[in-house]
Amino acid sequence: MPMNDPLQIRLDVENISVMYGNGHAALEGASFSLSGGTICALVGVNGSGKSTLFKSIMGFVKPRDGMVKINGQPVREALKKHLVAYVPQAEEVDWSFPVSVRDVVMMGRYGAMNFLRIPRAVDRAAVEDSLRRVGMWEFRDRQIGELSGGQKKRVFLARALAQDGCLILLDEPFTGVDVSTEDAIIDLLRELRSEGCVVLVSTHNLGSVPEFCDQVVLLNRKVLAHGPTEEIFTEQNLTSAFGGQLRHFHFEQSTIQSHDGRAVKVLTDDERPLVFGKDGHLEYKNREGREDLLKKRKEEL
Amino acid sequence: MNWLEPLEYPFLRDAMMIGSLIAVMCAVLSCFLVLRGWSLMGDAVSHSLLPGIVLAYLVGAPLLIGAFLAGLLCAVGTGWVKNISRLKEDTAMGVVFTGLFAIGLVLFSKVPSDLHLDHILFGNLLGIGPAEIREVMWVAFPVLAVLLLKRRDFLLLCFDPVQARVTALPVRLLHYGLLVLLSLAIVVSLKAVGIILVTAMLITPGATAFLWSDRFDRMLWIASATAVCSTVLGVMISFHSDASPAACIVLFQAALFALSWMLAGRRGHRRRENPGGNETGI
Repeated sequence: MPMNDPLQIRLDVENISVMYGNGHAALEGASFSLSGGTICALVGVNGSGKSTLFKSIMGFVKPRDGMVKINGQPVREALKKHLVAYVPQAEEVDWSFPVSVRDVVMMGRYGAMNFLRIPRAVDRAAVEDSLRRVGMWEFRDRQIGELSGGQKKRVFLARALAQDGCLILLDEPFTGVDVSTEDAIIDLLRELRSEGCVVLVSTHNLGSVPEFCDQVVLLNRKVLAHGPTEEIFTEQNLTSAFGGQLRHFHFEQSTIQSHDGRAVKVLTDDERPLVFGKDGHLEYKNREGREDLLKKRKEEL
Repeated sequence: MNWLEPLEYPFLRDAMMIGSLIAVMCAVLSCFLVLRGWSLMGDAVSHSLLPGIVLAYLVGAPLLIGAFLAGLLCAVGTGWVKNISRLKEDTAMGVVFTGLFAIGLVLFSKVPSDLHLDHILFGNLLGIGPAEIREVMWVAFPVLAVLLLKRRDFLLLCFDPVQARVTALPVRLLHYGLLVLLSLAIVVSLKAVGIILVTAMLITPGATAFLWSDRFDRMLWIASATAVCSTVLGVMISFHSDASPAACIVLFQAALFALSWMLAGRRGHRRRENPGGNETGI
């Protein structure tokens, strides 16, 4: 059903530098490339330029140097083709606004609609299809403020689906979201990847990155490292990316004796912590029987 | 006393008719302004019209053109001051429009004219003539048409400007378009209700409707309905009580808001306090 050919999607961030009004650099010579289908985590502390990078990809910020290209073209061209979809953070939305769930998802279709934005049958079908995919069709006539945190997130995901973009930007998709919604969102992102989309997820939720992201971009004004999760998402890289800004908890044998007698190190950037075992391998939930989690990410790439 | 007596006088029928048209145009605009957080933009633009009117009078240009340009200068100047300083929009707006209003007052006292300051400030709905009625209709119908036909775009601009830009809507054009429509609406409302009370007509109907509605189209209908009711009743009351018609209209709008706040306000609050109330296993 996608009208944009998803197999073609490619994002090139070429050596971009962005300055704030006060002359400080928000991004300095950041470069990386992604092509569909992939789920890539954008990881970095607050102020590392994650949101500036998003704004550059959406064309709101013009880099002083360098260029963002989508399918080899400037961002402006890609926006005209509605290739870029954005899922905002919950705080960015006025939930008291007099619009229904269906109205919000329909907004994703505006780019494809005529001058007066009168929905055609194809638009209605796309909205219904998207709402069904996120399991929110029964809630279509609710005012958006009447939803729970996870439901709100699903509605905006449905809007991105209805828009039929194949470069999808998600800002902190798991904040304020219950576990079942988190799993549902991850399943949906995997479907999008298999359809050939590039999904770029900005997140503080380090622990969930190896669960679903096959690539990682480590950002601290520059791109410190990027590539497959297995190679990039290491204790050494993360420690150097975050310096002293991550919370470190070092559990010695003396503190956790039941943990196989091993020492673990927990890295957390506020959200779900990232846990490394003594020899530097990753720990994650339900590890037993899923020892090859990271290898799987590589196969998905 | 015959309550319907005002309807027998053509000038009062005209006042009700043209007042209602202005009220509906302002009410529709108010829905967008309330949702965009621009409630006081109407106040700012209306005050800043004064120097434009006086200057237009000085050079012999149509007063409406002068007023329109001054209003636009205020709206654009506010954005400009905000962008090149660290000031927030409301502060920039306050400085710009009071400054323009003060220039207008000074000019007014220095320029001998047959303009009536109180007509500019408070309007003269009952003294409105056929030429002015045509003027209002020429502006009000196109403004209403653009607002209603492009309401979905304007709504997205208010609700989620990021999404509007990502899907390549002409965000800048919509932003300035809304300001131009606002300036036009205020300029033609001037003769009828004056620059002080037009502010109320540009906020209150939208605020009242917001309390009653959780869909935008419904909000537009409710705002327009309260505006028309207030105009018809306000003109009648003003006839019987010999009070300023514009003031009576605004008083009615305020009363409807107060009533809505007591009845619907709490209902709306309770409804939205309980998000996802009967969610099913999500």
